[in-house]
Amino acid sequence: MAQGADNKNALSRFFKALGSGFKEIGTTFVEGDFKTKISFLILGFGPLLRGQILIGAALLVLEVLFFWFLFGFGWQYLSKIGTLGTVATKKVGRKTVYGDNSFLILLFGVLCIFAIFAFVLVWYINIRENRKEELLLKNGKKLPTNNEVFMSLFDKNFHKTLLALPVTGIFIFTVLPIVFMILVAFTNYDKNHQSPSNLFTWVGLENFKNIVSFSGAGIGSTFTYVLVWTLVWAFLATFTNYFLGLGVAMLINKKGIKFKKLWRTILVMTIAVPQFVSLLYVMKMFANDGLINGYLIKWGIIKSYIPFWTDPVLARITVVVVNIWIGIPYMVLIATGLLMNIPEDLYESARIDGANPWQMFKSITLPYMLFVTGPFLLTQYTGNLNNFNVIYLLTQGKPQSVNLAEKAGNTDLLITWLYKMTVNDTNYRMAAVIGIMVFVVTAVISLVVYNMLPSVKDEEGFQ
Amino acid sequence: MKSYKTKKTISNVLTYILLVIISIIWLFPFVGLVLQSFRSYATEYGGMVDYLVPKSFSLDNYKFLFDTAQTNYLLWYKNTIVIAVCVAVLQTLIQLCVSYALSRMRFAGRTFLMRFWLILGMFPGFLTMICLYFLLKQFGLTQAGAIPGLILVTVASCGMGYYVCKGYFDTIPKALDEAARIDGATRARIFLTMIIPMSKPIIIYTALVAFMAPWCDYVFASYVAFGHDSSYNVAVGMTRWVWTNDYQGYFTRFCAGGVLVAIPVTLLFMFLQKYYVEGVTGGAVKG
Repeated sequence: MAQGADNKNALSRFFKALGSGFKEIGTTFVEGDFKTKISFLILGFGPLLRGQILIGAALLVLEVLFFWFLFGFGWQYLSKIGTLGTVATKKVGRKTVYGDNSFLILLFGVLCIFAIFAFVLVWYINIRENRKEELLLKNGKKLPTNNEVFMSLFDKNFHKTLLALPVTGIFIFTVLPIVFMILVAFTNYDKNHQSPSNLFTWVGLENFKNIVSFSGAGIGSTFTYVLVWTLVWAFLATFTNYFLGLGVAMLINKKGIKFKKLWRTILVMTIAVPQFVSLLYVMKMFANDGLINGYLIKWGIIKSYIPFWTDPVLARITVVVVNIWIGIPYMVLIATGLLMNIPEDLYESARIDGANPWQMFKSITLPYMLFVTGPFLLTQYTGNLNNFNVIYLLTQGKPQSVNLAEKAGNTDLLITWLYKMTVNDTNYRMAAVIGIMVFVVTAVISLVVYNMLPSVKDEEGFQ
Repeated sequence: MKSYKTKKTISNVLTYILLVIISIIWLFPFVGLVLQSFRSYATEYGGMVDYLVPKSFSLDNYKFLFDTAQTNYLLWYKNTIVIAVCVAVLQTLIQLCVSYALSRMRFAGRTFLMRFWLILGMFPGFLTMICLYFLLKQFGLTQAGAIPGLILVTVASCGMGYYVCKGYFDTIPKALDEAARIDGATRARIFLTMIIPMSKPIIIYTALVAFMAPWCDYVFASYVAFGHDSSYNVAVGMTRWVWTNDYQGYFTRFCAGGVLVAIPVTLLFMFLQKYYVEGVTGGAVKG
């Protein structure tokens, strides 16, 4: 409830800010001198004439760059974004005549829209800069020198220097692709509509209908199946690792146990070995003709091999077991330090009261650990929802099942399914929808659980 | 008193037994990996077998790896080292910059930026794979140019992983900054001459994590370098040995290659273990 009110506040604040922004633009224009008025069209005109060369030049360069980009490059794509291209690629005789490239139209169209937003922002900054300078001059104060402006990039405005590169990088290589892929979810971009030889176009919500349709060609049942397994897997993987890791850490930390460092080092070493080496080796170990089956048969314990990877149920169990092998060392690392933080006198007084080890664990160790590691458990859970490496290197989502659509397998998580759709089937439209679903699941779980965490609700709780 | 003592001894003995069993389970795959890598290719072939200790030992598999006429393994190894070193250096620099700005400075849009990045992080990384591929292709950074392409993509989006580093900066008292500022130091000076020298553990942690990640990068690397053997990294090249149909002949070679990959990374890791533990526990508790 508090959140709702918060949102409303944020919304009204946003509109207030927007309103005052427009008001500022208006007053700047009305009260401004001719330099300011021309700046509305030619960015940086005012600052340049007032001697603020650095700021003025930067604004002007940005404007020139923007128009050069938009009309020299972007417009040919932006103008077609409504249809994503109409001219198909044709073969004339033996020559291929390329038509519109839907992929590039969408990608650069999105880039253009972003550029326009950015330009509006720069324009607004330009107006505020003019206003600021005029007010300073009107009050008889001096404008900062160019040198001062430049040096402020290492002091007052140091964050701009520090963040410029990372923010640009994230924008081009994360934000732009994500927006692009979200839009792909509303198109029919798949193996029959591959650019540049074929066009693809907008199809509205068709792909989303496909994922919730349980009849005919709909993949609703497969999606539910994979989603449920993803949630179950993440739960099992997180909690088996957590509790078993805690157990092992307590064994090592136990009073009177020697060579603590040796035990820990043995476990930690397994973190260092690159996962693709260890996981692929373990995968081969459990194979039908692998080491484990080989020895079990040789020793006469079993007659025929155990299908660790080919039986659906067994494959799921094996994946969880191998994940324990992978995950416990991390948990031991984390738990060891934390266990030592628990005040010893808590245990001392419990012992005097006659508590047995199990009772002490239940009412001292566990509550403390759960309290401190709440956020960690949450990130572990969301991390496991997207635990690509373990599943893909071990099973590649197999064993396959005839009951599942889109080549999903019994151990497939949403993320490995998405990967297979992208790489093997080039079914980008559905991959995009699955990706959005993964985001929704992750976001909902994070939000709900985070607000329920005891350490968030009550920061001082365990003092 | 005596019964208490015997009870304690028994429980300690049990604990030791458990720990030994655990150690064996955790070490077993690595022992197997090393043993198989020394199996003689000439007499026992390179496929999978159902016994642990080879009948005859030899260096056949290692010789194969170093034979540039037969395999690009050495090239893959070099590629991986180049990627790992570049990523480690650049990623550390960028994350330090981002962390300092977010931890020490208060500016308009700061919380918005942090929330926005948090939400971005919830999108699965592979979702954007196709788009990134075509973006890189526009600049000629796929297939033959896959190495710089991979470095670019990794470094460009690493700013979002600032959490552990910022958490560390947050623990450095702000009073130090204030004092330096009163003495007339600029933000940049404080960052370069005060905060960075104080952050050795977290710099080592960040660099170590960044250095280790490319050794396991299979997914995106295989997509970007698709079909171009000389741009593979070790993970892509060797995973193909295991998955292609003639893996029977390549299994022991995979083991040998795996050993060569694991040794330097493991040594580095063991050497810097202290810093890793600090970073991981710090990050886990603060969330």
